Amino acid sequence: MSVAYAILLYVASAVFFGGVFFRVLKYWRTPAPLKIPTMPAPVTQAGVVMRMAREVVLFESLFKSSMWTWIFGWMFHVSLLLAFFRHLRYAISPDNILWPLINLELVQAAGKYAGIFMLIGLLGLLARRIFVERVRYISGPSDYLMLILILTIAGTGLSITFLDPTDIVSLKIFVLGLFRFNLQPLPSSLLLQTHLAMVALLMIVFPISKLLHAPGIFFSPTRNQVDDAREKRHLVPWAAKLDATRGHKIEIKG
Amino acid sequence: MADFETPEYREYPSIPVINEGAMAGSSPFIAKPPHQEPLGYPGELVENWQQVAIDKMGELLGKYRGFQVFMDICVKCGACTDKCQYFIGTADPKNMPVARQDLLRSVYRRYFTFAGKYFPKLVGARDLTKEVLDEWYSYFHQCSQCRRCSVYCPYGIDTAEVSMAAREILDAVGVGQKYCNEIIAKVFKIGNNLGLPERALKDTLLDLEEEIEEDTGIPVKLPLDVKGADILLITPSADFFAEPHIDGLIGYAKVFHEAGVNWTLSSHASEAGNFGMFIGSYENMQEVAMRVRQAALDLDVKRIVHGECGHAWRVAYSFWNTLIGPWDFLDQKYPIPQHICEYTWDLMQNGGLKLDKSENDHRVVTFHDSCNVARATRMGDKPGGQFEIPRNVIKAVCNNYVEMDEDTIKEGTFCCGGGGGLLTDDLMEIRVKGALPRMEALHEIVEDNGVTHMAAICAICKSQFTKVLPYYKMPMDMIVSVHQLVGDAIVLTGSEADSSREETAEGANE
Repeated sequence: MSVAYAILLYVASAVFFGGVFFRVLKYWRTPAPLKIPTMPAPVTQAGVVMRMAREVVLFESLFKSSMWTWIFGWMFHVSLLLAFFRHLRYAISPDNILWPLINLELVQAAGKYAGIFMLIGLLGLLARRIFVERVRYISGPSDYLMLILILTIAGTGLSITFLDPTDIVSLKIFVLGLFRFNLQPLPSSLLLQTHLAMVALLMIVFPISKLLHAPGIFFSPTRNQVDDAREKRHLVPWAAKLDATRGHKIEIKG
Repeated sequence: MADFETPEYREYPSIPVINEGAMAGSSPFIAKPPHQEPLGYPGELVENWQQVAIDKMGELLGKYRGFQVFMDICVKCGACTDKCQYFIGTADPKNMPVARQDLLRSVYRRYFTFAGKYFPKLVGARDLTKEVLDEWYSYFHQCSQCRRCSVYCPYGIDTAEVSMAAREILDAVGVGQKYCNEIIAKVFKIGNNLGLPERALKDTLLDLEEEIEEDTGIPVKLPLDVKGADILLITPSADFFAEPHIDGLIGYAKVFHEAGVNWTLSSHASEAGNFGMFIGSYENMQEVAMRVRQAALDLDVKRIVHGECGHAWRVAYSFWNTLIGPWDFLDQKYPIPQHICEYTWDLMQNGGLKLDKSENDHRVVTFHDSCNVARATRMGDKPGGQFEIPRNVIKAVCNNYVEMDEDTIKEGTFCCGGGGGLLTDDLMEIRVKGALPRMEALHEIVEDNGVTHMAAICAICKSQFTKVLPYYKMPMDMIVSVHQLVGDAIVLTGSEADSSREETAEGANE
């Protein structure tokens, strides 16, 4: 079982990092030929960084558009971040410089209770999907499955923390072993195994699903462009080629 | 009037209950070969259209980062679902921005993504069939590319970009929209959207000059093709003959006259509107815009000023520098191009205009932010200048100004309902229904504040409202050009009004 999980987690990590890398590379390489920031937009690069930061940290646009989605969505994402920090204690050895930070009581407690808020946020989003007619109309099977997948991860994680604690010392030895390619036994707990399997599945579907919104937003031209079209000529290579033939059609027609 | 019902005013701006298929029958006339071929598109549906469409989609995914990213990153959060005027007015769920995008996204997923190739049902991927193509044609011509959804999307997904891509794919397989493509062909041939030849344009301008002189006693000129003029004015051709546009043109002429500048119109570039954007075609948009560069070079002007036109101002402000720049031969001291409102406001601040606000006292005015001016351009130096400057201009010439509901103005403004290539009689139903949120906001202040006029700075808005206001039981002449208000308040130097003003001033001094 430990071997199977080790392989699963290696594969999932490879798919996740490789997949996201290639997707981001594709976004990076695809040119944005025209200036299309949603106005009013910042007129400086620093302003764009601030706009993007407000979007990513506070979900500014969503706040303007849908209060309930913002509440549940923001609750979920912040909880996810806090839970992630808590989980770092399984992957960082005490001699790491980050350890004192991760091991702070505040970080650990916040991560622990964040799980509950994560569950509330996810259930809120699911309820919205089911009960708001318009959102139900646009929801496909994958949209529900994604929520169920993350709910399962949150549910099993919370159960391990509050109901049926697993041997986290052995778990840490297993995880650190993975980093050193030194296989150690994984504690046999159905909750833990489910938790890890679902996390692996999430990592595998990440680069082929809507979860790409996480890296994708940074490439959204309506949010990441500076409003300086009149001041600077913006020209991508394929558009520059057309400059040679522009006006051609008009000349022919007289 | 027509075989559909005008929506009722709602007591509160509630979100409609969805009504599937409500607008499935809405579809504009299809372009004929003579409309298609000058643009470089096949005359009719090509035999291997499926392959052509998929190839075109692939090409666009590689050329436009926005399109590629927007296809991938929607999470179906639903934030946009109640934001589109066409959904609010029709209740057709396919007019919800995300659902409109999904018409294309479902095909993208089927042919371009792992999940869609192997698990199509799971991720809502579908084959490209003739039914799907017809559905694209219908619903991508129920989007005015107004970008309201992109304001509210947490990732900035812009349905305008998606609908432009869809229309380009449709054109590539030979199913173009008659209205847009016929007009673009006309621009290539004659120089403007209306097919108004040089001779007719000259006569129209002369008539207008006479009219102004009769009215004011002052010979205000509307010069055409003057070589060596300082300013080239590029304005929508509707300004030359349509009401209320033409009163705006008179306003610009009075402003230039008072500024004492040497300005000109061009018969070669007698059109600001650029329908190349509506059909998402970079090449056609560039060809249309090239007439402006050519005219500026031929007439050897120093500056370009742009008239009241929404989508056109987007092309001019955001795209001209890319499409037809660089502008190294123009005077770099001024913005290139400069909006007429920026020009007028500068002049007002420098005391270059004598104004009599009381000339507009019979009006209570509000301002409709045109969608593309609001969400795709700027005026002045600061973000949001596109909201402030037109309002400043109006307030400088009107004593009575009232704002509409704050959710319906500035960046949250609703489209007039006729933008993005929908301003055609074969789309009357979607135009009337899409105007609902704007009509409601206007109606509210008509009732509460006695508003009599709504000013706008877009040729499409003006034409659309002229047509649609009567459906909502409001008079068609409520809609005015911002520069009509300016023109009415300007006291022309040397006119009777001017001398009586001076007498009053002298009298007051004694």
